[in-house]
Amino acid sequence: MLDTLLPILIFTALALAVIGAWRRNRLWRQGRPSSVPILKGLAAMPRRYLVDLHHVVARDKVMSNTHVATAGGFVAAAVLMILVHGLGMGSSEVLGGVLGWVLLAASATMFVGSLFVAKRRRNPPARLSKGPWNRLWKSLMAFSLGVFLITLPTVGLLPEGFLEGSGGWILALGLAAVVAWGLGEMIVGMTWGGPMKHAFAGALHLAFHRRPERFSTKAGGEGRSTGLKALNLDDVDAPLGVEKPADFTWNQLLGFDACVQCGRCEAVCPAFAAGQPLNPKKLIQDMVVGMAGGSDAGYAGSPYPGKPVGEHQGSPQGPIVARQGQALVDAETLWSCTTCRACVEECPMMIEHVDAIVDMRRFLTLEHGNTPNKGAEVLGNLIATDNPGGFDPGSRLHWAADLDLPLMADVKQAEVLLWLGDGAFDMRNQRTLRALVKVLRAAEVDFAVLGNEERDSGDVARRLGDEATFQSLAKRNIATLAKYRFQRIVTCDPHSFHVLGNEYGELGGDYEVRHHSTFIAELYDTDRLTFSPWKGGSVTYHDPCYLGRYNGEYEAPRRVLRALGIQVAEMERSGSRSRCCGGGGGAPITDIPGKQRIPDMRMNDVKETGAELVAVGCPQCTAMFEGVVDASAEVRDIAEFVADALVDRPAAPVESRPRRPAVEEFCP
Amino acid sequence: MQPDSREIEVAVLVSVGRHPVTGRARRADQDARGVEVALTLPGARVRLLHAGPADDGSEEALRGYLGMGLDRLTRVEQPEGADVVPALAQRLAAAPPQLVIAGSRAERGEGSGLLPYALAEYLGWPLVNGLAEVEGIENGVATLLQALPRGQRRRLQVRLPAIITVDGAAPMARQSAFGPARRARLESCAEVAVMDKALGEWTLMPARKRPKRLKIIKAGSARDRFKAAAAKAEGGGGQLLTDVTPEQGAEAILKLLKEEGVLR
Repeated sequence: MLDTLLPILIFTALALAVIGAWRRNRLWRQGRPSSVPILKGLAAMPRRYLVDLHHVVARDKVMSNTHVATAGGFVAAAVLMILVHGLGMGSSEVLGGVLGWVLLAASATMFVGSLFVAKRRRNPPARLSKGPWNRLWKSLMAFSLGVFLITLPTVGLLPEGFLEGSGGWILALGLAAVVAWGLGEMIVGMTWGGPMKHAFAGALHLAFHRRPERFSTKAGGEGRSTGLKALNLDDVDAPLGVEKPADFTWNQLLGFDACVQCGRCEAVCPAFAAGQPLNPKKLIQDMVVGMAGGSDAGYAGSPYPGKPVGEHQGSPQGPIVARQGQALVDAETLWSCTTCRACVEECPMMIEHVDAIVDMRRFLTLEHGNTPNKGAEVLGNLIATDNPGGFDPGSRLHWAADLDLPLMADVKQAEVLLWLGDGAFDMRNQRTLRALVKVLRAAEVDFAVLGNEERDSGDVARRLGDEATFQSLAKRNIATLAKYRFQRIVTCDPHSFHVLGNEYGELGGDYEVRHHSTFIAELYDTDRLTFSPWKGGSVTYHDPCYLGRYNGEYEAPRRVLRALGIQVAEMERSGSRSRCCGGGGGAPITDIPGKQRIPDMRMNDVKETGAELVAVGCPQCTAMFEGVVDASAEVRDIAEFVADALVDRPAAPVESRPRRPAVEEFCP
Repeated sequence: MQPDSREIEVAVLVSVGRHPVTGRARRADQDARGVEVALTLPGARVRLLHAGPADDGSEEALRGYLGMGLDRLTRVEQPEGADVVPALAQRLAAAPPQLVIAGSRAERGEGSGLLPYALAEYLGWPLVNGLAEVEGIENGVATLLQALPRGQRRRLQVRLPAIITVDGAAPMARQSAFGPARRARLESCAEVAVMDKALGEWTLMPARKRPKRLKIIKAGSARDRFKAAAAKAEGGGGQLLTDVTPEQGAEAILKLLKEEGVLR
């Protein structure tokens, strides 16, 4: 009897899955067009899954092994089940016996995996979603156990007639029901929604990812793609950002659907930890709700802090953020993000949260004109004065009045263009800049600055969603840079570093950019700097998001500190898991209230190491940390550490002031 | 005249502003506050009116007002150096709004702050300056809150049509959004230009920062200083001269100037 029932069950499930896939595809296709190489993507998908995705999953060893057993066992068991029980290939003498045994092994592996899934569900961490996800282990067991049992007669471990007769009948029906349950969750549920949706959507998401360059290739090298994509502002009809779910590109929608609700993003999100109304996982689930239409009441994970689940709803063509009242997401959720990319870095499904958030912010700023708190003022300043503080652009070099910095306008070319950044207006950062200049002079680096010709890089404007102001600043900066010849840009601001290096390229500015820590490390390696031994206390190092996660530079600052003779006492969250200082993405400007402040939490991390000093490499981090009341550690930039430790090299005396004319033309 | 009694025609006069630090063209701060007042007025049908030369720099600045959520702006084209009062007055008289809102003073050009008064005289309408809030409009009478120094407010009722001017006491202008600003229409129309003859004869030069009078703090304690800062201005030391001859008056002024050390 099972011989007739099983093929019917299997092929019904497959047919339903195909229908579900078609419907799901229709949901994704509501999005805007985005051209990705379909065949190339599909061909690259296995590698992206087995290498890039598993690199992320493997950060949790137990879960990684569980997933290998469960998913590997399932894929093998499903394929073999179709062959053996669907097409009846189990009966063919030679191959069938082997297939049956392999199927037994696969389903057994899957069952072992499901035991670990069940174990994790006994005391699940808060980041995991409950609801349908709590039943998944049962479905996994139903499938694996069901398939295992129906295969036993096939390989001859049970007599052929075992499932016949009146008792056998009931047993066979029971088995068929278990298998049907398994098929329903594992095959039909894959395309109709439910926990297994992640496998179907995730596989396609990997294939058609919006940033194919972020995946590694066989040639080696860690793929990285962190620059935001430019809006087309020349086309008057092109939409400015994302207003409704259908305004995302289709592969972004597909990406949202791939979410497994593992909550790793939630666990690392600084805004969530601070009690601000943002939870990256919920945000992605809200986008899925919006794409399909409905309310968020079905969501079974942690809510946005302070915002109960079930009050928001949306539809593919409805607004995500309402001008008044509630829609799918509240604006303050989007403005809580510091764009630190911790969520993207942790996401095993390679979902691009930050892209989505900035896309929605763009609409709020460019169409609603509704950037919260100081946002409008800062953007107005950027438009009128080219810096966020509204300072006189002619005063950009006042901090260096006594330093006689060579100006690009005078020297026309230099080996290094020192990009000052807007920290030039900030008295704290001016100390860092002066230290950096001292270091460059000690190493006799041929450098020059743009001086008053420099403008804000556009980082803050872009992350506040004002793509128009970003592009205006970027284009003018690119035009200025085009006037001069230099080999590389060096900056002590990771935000400028990222924007100049990764985001100007799309607008026609390709530069070799170095963070000052990288450059100092190079100078040290080529013996151009000599340091006195370190006599201070213990030091820890804070990785700036825009240096680390955005640009993969974790090593150079540590190398510099080691060269100074400093043993870095690492914080628990460092390197790619470094916790944000709270200063990125315009978060200090939009200033969404939470239960605590992000920099306070980070300074607590510092305190736990017992360090007396925290080394930083970013003006934003410096400002955020120095704003912490009763901090246990002093904040010092890498450049300041280096400048303090400089000693005269025996070979060349330190008298290395740049060659400049004794008499200069004076222009009032 | 109006179909719905609650609907009011509001015209806001807007100018090309000048950023105080960089001198770049922008939406003028006070005019933008005027637009904000108009936009928050219930039942207002707002139109924007600008008189001046048509060029690229001014267009971008004018679009700054449109980005606040208006779909068009009428530019009465006037050559550089024209007196825009007759052109604006004719334009307003041709289709009279019930309320004209303007900034107190332009950020570039003459910037004398006289335009609203000249316009009011021309049209024969009342003018209220320093508006803080429009509290309501009923039966052709507007109830206004006028800002006085030191945070004081005065409630006024004025029969429409009227001109009201706003300064820093009015609510901050909302953010200007790029999308609406780009889509909105900038309509141009011509009016006869009357050249400002007096202006042509003037010599213009950049303003010099006037020296600030040093403040002598006599208070000994923080409490006294706070009281001094928060107190109403009282002309304690002055004297009121009435019924004096011009010579006596001049003598009194001279004496004061000598006392203050302005004249030696």
